[in-house]
Amino acid sequence: MMSFITGLMRLHRGPWEMLATIIIALGVVMLMQPFVMWAYTYSFITTLVGTVMFIVVSHFPEGD
Amino acid sequence: MTDPIATRAAKATPPRVARQIKGLSDRAIAWIFVAPTIFLLLAINIFPLIWTIQLSFTNYKANRLNREPEFIGLRNYERILTDSDIWLNMQATAHFLFWTIALQVLIGFALAWLIHRNFKGSNFWTTVIVLPMMLSPAVVGNFWKFLYQPQIGLFNYIVTFFTRAEPSSFEMLGSVQLAPWSIVIVDTWMWTPFVMLICLAGLRSIPDYIYEAAEIDRASKLRQFFTITVPMVLPFLMLAVLFRGIENFKMFDLVVQLTGGGPGSTTELTSINLKREAFEKWRTGYASAYAIILFVTVFGLASIYVKALNKVKER
Repeated sequence: MMSFITGLMRLHRGPWEMLATIIIALGVVMLMQPFVMWAYTYSFITTLVGTVMFIVVSHFPEGD
Repeated sequence: MTDPIATRAAKATPPRVARQIKGLSDRAIAWIFVAPTIFLLLAINIFPLIWTIQLSFTNYKANRLNREPEFIGLRNYERILTDSDIWLNMQATAHFLFWTIALQVLIGFALAWLIHRNFKGSNFWTTVIVLPMMLSPAVVGNFWKFLYQPQIGLFNYIVTFFTRAEPSSFEMLGSVQLAPWSIVIVDTWMWTPFVMLICLAGLRSIPDYIYEAAEIDRASKLRQFFTITVPMVLPFLMLAVLFRGIENFKMFDLVVQLTGGGPGSTTELTSINLKREAFEKWRTGYASAYAIILFVTVFGLASIYVKALNKVKER
């Protein structure tokens, strides 16, 4: 966990890509879940943020 | 020594073309070769995408060409993301996605495990198992429609054999409860072989010496399975799940052939709903926003897919 946070702070690609992946997956789950309407409503913006973030962070340098 | 292929290519080039090329740098020649592909990509993929994004902010209707489209901001997105009917379509898609992936992974892995044993005739059975994947979805949809017929369909008779119910007492494609399962069964039948092939590639990539070392350490077969086989096949399984997830998210042809989205809208997946909005109701702006929402979702999933693919490559 500590190495993940350190990686985020040092702008390493691995942890940031992981974070973007989690946000995309969260957005897809929010889009398709049958429980709460608000999650469906905010699913698109979540997926969009995750996807744009993934594109940006994939240009970050690789960690040690 | 000169390259024989290069010499033959030089001889085959007409003198006039050769004179024109002579003055060009390697980079320029590379651009000449790549340019048609880039142009096609821009014309077929990028331009329609940009146009769709632009249309998604308007109330454009493709069947009213004389009416000037009006800019309405994010209203189309707002309508889609607060519409409970579209939310239901998303749930129908989620049901289809979840069950097809779960069944395909379970059955596909089990089949790969069996085929990997290399029993007599395993090559023949691999070919037989892979056959459904090679058929056209339209053909598969049509013949499963016959199999699901309550009076003459083979499927109902097989179910009757096990449950002792009347063959005509249930209708797979006409029942609200059974129709979502009918499309899951057909997609599983068709695409399990694909997952099996990916799992088989994963199983064959595990070196034998790892199992031999585990045998020496007296690890049981069950322990070998959970500590060697499963972790080493996992990236391949992840790849199969993502690939099937993306494909099934866009599923259209098979379901249209089977149920047409019915009964009611129980099997109306997002792609079918999108087609209705765009080409039956002619709400082009609204459908464009809908398409962008689906595109971003698929693009996001594809990004994860590429990442998983790179992980497999690293191995």
